[in-house]
Amino acid sequence: MAEEKENMIVVKELVKKFGNFVANDHLTFEVGKGEVFGFLGANGAGKTTAIRILCGLSYPTSGLVNVAGFDIYTERENIKRNIGYMSQRFSLYDDLTVYENIRFYAGIYGLSRNEIRERADILMQKLNLDEARNKLIRDIPLGWKQKLAFSVAIIHDPRIVFLDEPTGGVDPITRRNFWNLIFEASRNGITVFVTTHYMDEAEYCDRVSIMVDGRIVAMDKPAMLKEQYGVVNMNEVFLKLARVK
Amino acid sequence: MKRFWGFVVKEFYHIFRDYRTLLILFGMPAVQLLLFGYVITNEIKNARIAVLDLSKDEVTRKITEKIVSSGYFLLEKNLTGYHEIEESFKQGNIKMVIVYGAEFSGNLQKKGVADIQILGDASDPNTANILVNYARGIVNNYLVSLNVGDIPAMVVPEVRMQYNPELKGVYMFVPGIMAMLLMLISALMTSISITREKELGTMELLLVSPLRPVQIIVGKVIPYVLLAFIDACIIILMGKYVFNVPVEGNILLLLMEAFLYIVMALSLGILISCITNSQQIAMTMSLLALMLPTILLSGFIFPVENMPVILQWLCRIMPPKYFITIVKAIMLKGNGLLYVWKETLILIGFTTIFILLSVKKFNVRLEP
Repeated sequence: MAEEKENMIVVKELVKKFGNFVANDHLTFEVGKGEVFGFLGANGAGKTTAIRILCGLSYPTSGLVNVAGFDIYTERENIKRNIGYMSQRFSLYDDLTVYENIRFYAGIYGLSRNEIRERADILMQKLNLDEARNKLIRDIPLGWKQKLAFSVAIIHDPRIVFLDEPTGGVDPITRRNFWNLIFEASRNGITVFVTTHYMDEAEYCDRVSIMVDGRIVAMDKPAMLKEQYGVVNMNEVFLKLARVK
Repeated sequence: MKRFWGFVVKEFYHIFRDYRTLLILFGMPAVQLLLFGYVITNEIKNARIAVLDLSKDEVTRKITEKIVSSGYFLLEKNLTGYHEIEESFKQGNIKMVIVYGAEFSGNLQKKGVADIQILGDASDPNTANILVNYARGIVNNYLVSLNVGDIPAMVVPEVRMQYNPELKGVYMFVPGIMAMLLMLISALMTSISITREKELGTMELLLVSPLRPVQIIVGKVIPYVLLAFIDACIIILMGKYVFNVPVEGNILLLLMEAFLYIVMALSLGILISCITNSQQIAMTMSLLALMLPTILLSGFIFPVENMPVILQWLCRIMPPKYFITIVKAIMLKGNGLLYVWKETLILIGFTTIFILLSVKKFNVRLEP
């Protein structure tokens, strides 16, 4: 569904080495606008390294990387303005209230005071967080924190949002609800780049790539992958690929 | 710029919502100063003594009177024999015993020599030393005033303790505590607050945001600059109005030097937080690596000149040493920048080194 649209992420022959260790071995992929792209792989496969490079936290050793239409080497500042990022730790400030967290993160992306107020109101209504507006983050449940962390990550309308294992440690129902937020963001034109451990979540993605030992060994729509490997779910696709070394 | 101020405001929220931080920030200076000012004191007042007077004549009576009326000593009891000396010391409250030999006045007049013995309780060597010296001084003075014996042309030095005539301990502690506390607040607090963001994972988010790394660091540090500066003022004011420690020199210069020292300590705190990712380690490093040397090796309590050469060299790389020198020079001696420019330059040098190292470390940290 995304093939015809403009590409939000273009990666060609990306290599990242730490000394002799090759963390990313000639990665090549593209992610289209509004696409939900699942970036799968076992622990240590090189997912985090790649995501850090895409977010501008680390430079690649070689290769071409273009994010949101900007070059990673020369236009980092533009990239930063146009992406959102949510880590597995739902990084919000425990000792600030819900509203203060929203205001802070919106503020560092340069939103005006009026914009912040408007978007915060809409957001809290949508998430049913109205009565928790002035509660400290440490006093609200994990599921709420997760939703809030995601909403905060896209409060400045980024073109792309990077989610690094965004559903760790929460129950299946909360996870399902969380994916509804992701789909909504995608419908609004935000490209979603997500890493996950849960293979049932891989099924929700438009396309997935599977990384093993720093290389991308498979990349396609989940349905096509299942067909290709003759299995019924993504979990088995993953096990088949990860075992073959 | 607006982004940046939002960031600073957030930092203040962190500080004012954590009562422990507040306690350290504003409770510590007062408590430390009161403790050091009142509890640890080198001054001797009303030390209890005993007298064994085997002569009991006019002269010995006069000397004892002089000693007691000096205000340093309190005559606890008169002993009757040598056997009681040991006993009085053992009881613990007698710090010094004065023994006059028999026929004191007679000997003094006839032979020009008389026996007087001063015994100090040297289980506490410092106190004993001070007491014995005081007593000796009083006895000498008295003998000189009598103008007896074969020392008619004795040279009597007139001693004056410049800059601290009453030898008050607080004069020493105010600069020392200022050095210690500003170091603690600045280095410890910033290193903890930065490593906390790393532990929480919020540092990553900040680095992904359009905020520049330098803005993040400066934003985290600004509140502490302000608070540490307020602390410096509290210490100076308390010194002045509670302990009567004067500020002889230019107060503006003093505050500027304090500011420089704060920035130096903050850059050290930043460096620590660049090296480690954990609050625990940052705290241990700050306390062990900064507090102990600040107290022991800065000349705060123990004079650097008396240390072994190796330790003296170690002292030279302790920034607080220079700050204490500066503060003493300005506060007590009333010196101007002309007399402390060397130390000031050294502090600036330390600051530059710490900042350069941090920048290098921080960039490396961004990588893996």
